[in-house]
Amino acid sequence: MIDNKLKDKDGFETMYLNMGPQHPSTHGVLRLGLVLDGEVIVSAEPDIGYLHRGMEKLAEHRTYQANIAMSDRFDYVTSMNNNFVVALAIEKLLGVEIPKRAHYLRILMAELNRVVNHILLFGFFAMDLGATTALIFGFREREEVLDLFESVTGARLTYNYFRVGGVARDLPEDFIQKTGAFIKLMRKRIKDYDDLVTNNVIFRDRSVGIGKISKEDILAYSLSGPVMRASGIKYDIRKDDTYSVYKEFDFNIPTREDGDCFDRYLLRMLELRESLKIIEQVLVKLEPGEIMAKVPKVIKPPAGEAYIRTESPKGELSVYLVSDGTVNPYRFHLRAPSFINLQILQKILPGVKVADVIAILGSIDIVLGEVDR
Amino acid sequence: MTEPRYLNDIKGKFPGTEAVLPEKIKDGIPAFDCPPSLILDIVKYLKAEGFNYLMNLCATDYKDTFEVIYHLSALESKAKITLKVKINREKPELASITPLHPGANWQEREAFDLLGVVFTGHPNLTRILLSCDWEGYPLRKDYSRKPDQYD
Repeated sequence: MIDNKLKDKDGFETMYLNMGPQHPSTHGVLRLGLVLDGEVIVSAEPDIGYLHRGMEKLAEHRTYQANIAMSDRFDYVTSMNNNFVVALAIEKLLGVEIPKRAHYLRILMAELNRVVNHILLFGFFAMDLGATTALIFGFREREEVLDLFESVTGARLTYNYFRVGGVARDLPEDFIQKTGAFIKLMRKRIKDYDDLVTNNVIFRDRSVGIGKISKEDILAYSLSGPVMRASGIKYDIRKDDTYSVYKEFDFNIPTREDGDCFDRYLLRMLELRESLKIIEQVLVKLEPGEIMAKVPKVIKPPAGEAYIRTESPKGELSVYLVSDGTVNPYRFHLRAPSFINLQILQKILPGVKVADVIAILGSIDIVLGEVDR
Repeated sequence: MTEPRYLNDIKGKFPGTEAVLPEKIKDGIPAFDCPPSLILDIVKYLKAEGFNYLMNLCATDYKDTFEVIYHLSALESKAKITLKVKINREKPELASITPLHPGANWQEREAFDLLGVVFTGHPNLTRILLSCDWEGYPLRKDYSRKPDQYD
């Protein structure tokens, strides 16, 4: 509970403002309890759980493969990346090596999904600051990628593309050519994005210097992903704790120094370019071959446990999986980046203005499906 | 490759700490079983040794005991370590590490919410995902939910 009897510095009464759960800029059902002194925030407490579906409990009653299908619903914007981490964790317990082509297809899909996530952030963040055009721009390019995903998986949101031991289907014939065309188009569109939003004076006024997060806070609050790198910590699990075959690819880890809203936005725009670079390299490296390893029909990993980390577009997405040798996981814990990144609000919101809350929340990039699970 | 110093020191400095057999841990991260009374000191020691980043904190119900698992990482040296603490299921109490790693705050609240592990010294140990009037702890293996209209 929030103490709404807090007094401001002159001893006057403060106001308690309920932001959400049904508020367009809270990106879902998040409630922020704000104590205000005029327009300035005295204390803030995020209240979550409105979208809690008990997924960790559900996972204990499902088979391993069914858990990959469920993982689509964690962070429903980046289903491929969720599939990725769950598949990796199960394969680690099983001790399966997957074919080269399956590795490449997985990275191809995960990076395309990263592009989708960052395009959406571009749209939503600008929308939060009052620029509606950017959202339409973002959705226009997202549509291109969703068409690609649809041609491979048959679905546009919950792909369920990964299997234990590989991927579900091979690419359709024209996929490579279409993806090449998309990369070309996207490079041109990023220039438009920069002209429309990044170099926009109003946008910069609203985001530069707002919601700074220091390096110390990043470490203390276990923040990860773009939020971490925007504050000057060069750490990316794809490079520093590498998984799958990411080490074969040549890409940079962009960092920014200030750790304000603008840096967090710009970092994603830089990462978008790096992801396009990775996709390009995958398309060159792809060779015909198997897409599934030999795995038993009924998946029963030997008893044991594993903690598998991956870099999702939002930060460190990890799974702690315990097997007791039966067909269902004994324990399935998801380390959700949105959930842990959201904690920083309590620390950085006091002292900022109400309008900036929306900018800060937008720049941290959360999806409530992943926060509440 | 020589073994890092902290791996030997941790056993010498903190009596009762045992390395977990690597066959059980499939991810290759060195893991230690730690006595509950020493967990705060061990985390403090590891923090001074460079383990400044708490990757993950969660709890598991093993029917006869609860286990709280800490995954720590050193961002500089990229080393990782797992700490496992078995606590009494009848009286599941453990010192909170939120004062050392503020990022543990919500993760400890989640473990309290879903498994009923009480973290002493936590600044605000309340339910976080479930509603505040929820009865029981769903992730416990003996949790039985009330049948609803679909059963």
